[in-house]
Amino acid sequence: MVKNPERRTFVAWLGALLALPFAPRRALAQSEPVEAMLQKVTGGAAVQSGRVNLDIPVLAENGNSVSLKVSVDSPMSASDFVKSIHLYAEKNPRPNIANFYLNPRVGRAQISTRVRLAGTQRVLAVAALSDGSFWSGTAEVSVTNSSCYDGT
Amino acid sequence: MTARIQMPKQATRGQVVEIRIAIQHPMETGFRRDDGGREIPKNVINKLICRYNGVEVFRAEMGSGVAANPYLDFFVVADASGELVFDWVDDNGMTGSERAPIVVTG
Repeated sequence: MVKNPERRTFVAWLGALLALPFAPRRALAQSEPVEAMLQKVTGGAAVQSGRVNLDIPVLAENGNSVSLKVSVDSPMSASDFVKSIHLYAEKNPRPNIANFYLNPRVGRAQISTRVRLAGTQRVLAVAALSDGSFWSGTAEVSVTNSSCYDGT
Repeated sequence: MTARIQMPKQATRGQVVEIRIAIQHPMETGFRRDDGGREIPKNVINKLICRYNGVEVFRAEMGSGVAANPYLDFFVVADASGELVFDWVDDNGMTGSERAPIVVTG
């Protein structure tokens, strides 16, 4: 029962304002949140979960070099292929790790590389397909020794 | 900037071949400091393009989240004899290039 909706909004704002100083502090401020970066890639289109497989070790001892394999379930034919794959590490000071641009001539939508991870976090991969749809996959990684972002 | 490419020298037409490239580069994040406490400016290979007989088949945009001495492993359909040319550039504008021939039969 909402008796006074304006009062509700006011209380909500007040709560948010009070909580502001306690917002989680990051070691380094991020240039841009992942959501905003994704928005530029998708243009606001919905991202469905699935078809993208992220293969990263569950436990990484050293965040300076973590092997990563991303693959997308796609025939990679002339009419149905993966246009691009975008990788994000949400806790990295620059979350956008890399973007890969593909076409039917690669034959298989699979890329392996080695990445830096600033701490235990979730890694996100988003694939843009030729039919205009977007798909995503995630992987949780525990990093024992974070990457040297703090200057050590 | 030296690079090492690993890929088959020969393939049958239509075969999906694996391409591996590793480039020597520190991929400086811009968050590190040298012994004197001065910031080491960010310098990463931000773009790599692979062309197959002149046509782009694969392109990578990279940031500081890619580990030092960047390594990429991807696939290409062998459709004609010729060569694959890899071109890359870092934040300082330094460019590098490497090429590898491929013989396609059948």
